[in-house]
Amino acid sequence: MASVALTHLDPASRAAARGWSDLTIRNMFIIPTLAFLIVFNIFPLIYSLGYSFTNFAANRSEPWQFVGLQNYRELLSDDHIWSNFVITAKYVIVSVAGQMIVGFGLALLLNRSFPMKGLITTLLLLPMMMSAAVVGLFWQLLYSPSWGPINYVFGLGDFAWLSNPDSALYAVAITDIWMWSPFVMLLSLAGLSAVPQHLYEAAAIDRAGWWYTFTRITLPLVSPILLIALIFRTMEAFKTFDIAYTMTTQPTAELIAIRLYKQAFQQWDTGKSCALAYIVLIMVLAITNLYVKYLNKVKER
Amino acid sequence: MAAVRTSSEVAFNRIAIAAVLIATLIFLAPIYWIASTAFKPKELAVSVPPTVLFEPEVTPFVRLFTKRVQMQKTVDPQAYEAAPWWEKRIYDGGERVLKVGKDVQLSQYPDRFMNSLIVAVISTVLAVGMGTFTAYGFSRFKIAGEADLLFFILSTRMLPPVVVAIPMFLMYRAVGLNDSHIGLIILYVAFNLSFSVWLMKGFMDEIPKEYEEAALVDGYTRMQAFFKIVLPEAATGIAATAVFCFITAWNEYAFALIMTNRRAQTAPPFIPSQIGSGLPDWTTIAAGTFLFLLPVAIFTFLLRNHLLRGVTFGAIRK
Repeated sequence: MASVALTHLDPASRAAARGWSDLTIRNMFIIPTLAFLIVFNIFPLIYSLGYSFTNFAANRSEPWQFVGLQNYRELLSDDHIWSNFVITAKYVIVSVAGQMIVGFGLALLLNRSFPMKGLITTLLLLPMMMSAAVVGLFWQLLYSPSWGPINYVFGLGDFAWLSNPDSALYAVAITDIWMWSPFVMLLSLAGLSAVPQHLYEAAAIDRAGWWYTFTRITLPLVSPILLIALIFRTMEAFKTFDIAYTMTTQPTAELIAIRLYKQAFQQWDTGKSCALAYIVLIMVLAITNLYVKYLNKVKER
Repeated sequence: MAAVRTSSEVAFNRIAIAAVLIATLIFLAPIYWIASTAFKPKELAVSVPPTVLFEPEVTPFVRLFTKRVQMQKTVDPQAYEAAPWWEKRIYDGGERVLKVGKDVQLSQYPDRFMNSLIVAVISTVLAVGMGTFTAYGFSRFKIAGEADLLFFILSTRMLPPVVVAIPMFLMYRAVGLNDSHIGLIILYVAFNLSFSVWLMKGFMDEIPKEYEEAALVDGYTRMQAFFKIVLPEAATGIAATAVFCFITAWNEYAFALIMTNRRAQTAPPFIPSQIGSGLPDWTTIAAGTFLFLLPVAIFTFLLRNHLLRGVTFGAIRK
């Protein structure tokens, strides 16, 4: 990437003699953005790091006290929080696995030429562009035990998807799979179309079977991009709030982001929720790091 | 594929295409359900078995935009005759439209829709504007620790909204920015800025630097070259980035839920709050959802060639 930089930022360059120097322009172009992000993202996080060591409650006016690591200690030994993490893990596994399978499957089916392919691909991408909160709300009607089309079509009678503690989480995961399989499909399609055709031709000449071609040519060449889809969706699923929050109130579907929201804005346990926010943040940053690493790898190819 | 296709290959191809069509129908079914419920008579929205085909009506949209009350007695025939067609539809449902004098009282929906529009448009303009400059800076100039800075920028995008919202809520409360358009716009700019920088950098990298070098040789200043050569070349990229930022801001839920409740509330937290207690009127909710989703559906078609690039922050270009 460094090769793209075309100037030496010489304050006395010829262009600079006629106007601002490149150095000035570079700083003018970059510093406001960095400053904005520091003021509105980093500064608030430092602010809440401070609060995470206190017993501050935002809805009360009494002065807060410094409590050291007590919030963190309590959170890490709180069974309730652990169960939220377990629920989140279940949700991430089910919904991301579903998205990978459905999305990659769709891409394999789509990876051939047929009439109106472009239109159909775009139609399939619609769900992921829509507001998760609003669409999630509407899935309540689709899942409705009394008049929902889903129960009618599958003959499930009055099975209450969203108010049954055993199924609520998976009902949300199904909606998430519907929304985000198209994302995996989009990335997989790009990966599949980049596989050189001559490899398939060579395999055909060698009379290689379908399975052999798939596992020895297709999968290895598509896997870097699949990995990106996997990491990105894992990160997003881990952060899920909107869709689960609008779809169900079941405690068995209380993801960690929902727990955090309730603790901060319903129980007003501000100090402790700042601490929980930090635990979540560290996990997200770890996945982000991984994501960017693989993103740069694919970019360099 | 080999030049000669065996009959089994042809058959497999046909099966695959049929499967794609079935999958497309399944994926579109929920969207069809939203759109069709928005045009259904009230009783058909919750019918058993579910109604797929029916005579569409626009009454849900009339209900969506007006304030109504249940009528105690039947409507005066004269008033009914004098009423415009849409008001008759409301009378037919046993309700009447609330008025102040002669003016029809509007529901909260148009207000919330406008809030969404204001916040999404302004935050998009700011995020794309700043992002374009910054992307040019990263694309063309030597920057110490460039990779780390870009990672820092992207990582701000990955922060879970609820995590950022806790301190922002407290800070906004201190300066009186809670439930304000400006407060929400700042949050959305912060959220979209990183995306805009990354995506625009991808587009900037694709513009040959020789264009500007030629302009500089011709006596342009760097700023002139940027505005007259680079920006026009980047127009498609700017438009695509803007549409993505708009959709993100338009759809955003968590910040809006936490930071707004009345004056600046946008549509995503408002629409679910309509459910209320008792039996929800799904046709009206569907009408609101339909109008809210429509711009996004249109934009998806306009963006179709840039979607891959957009969802991977410009890293994968096809």
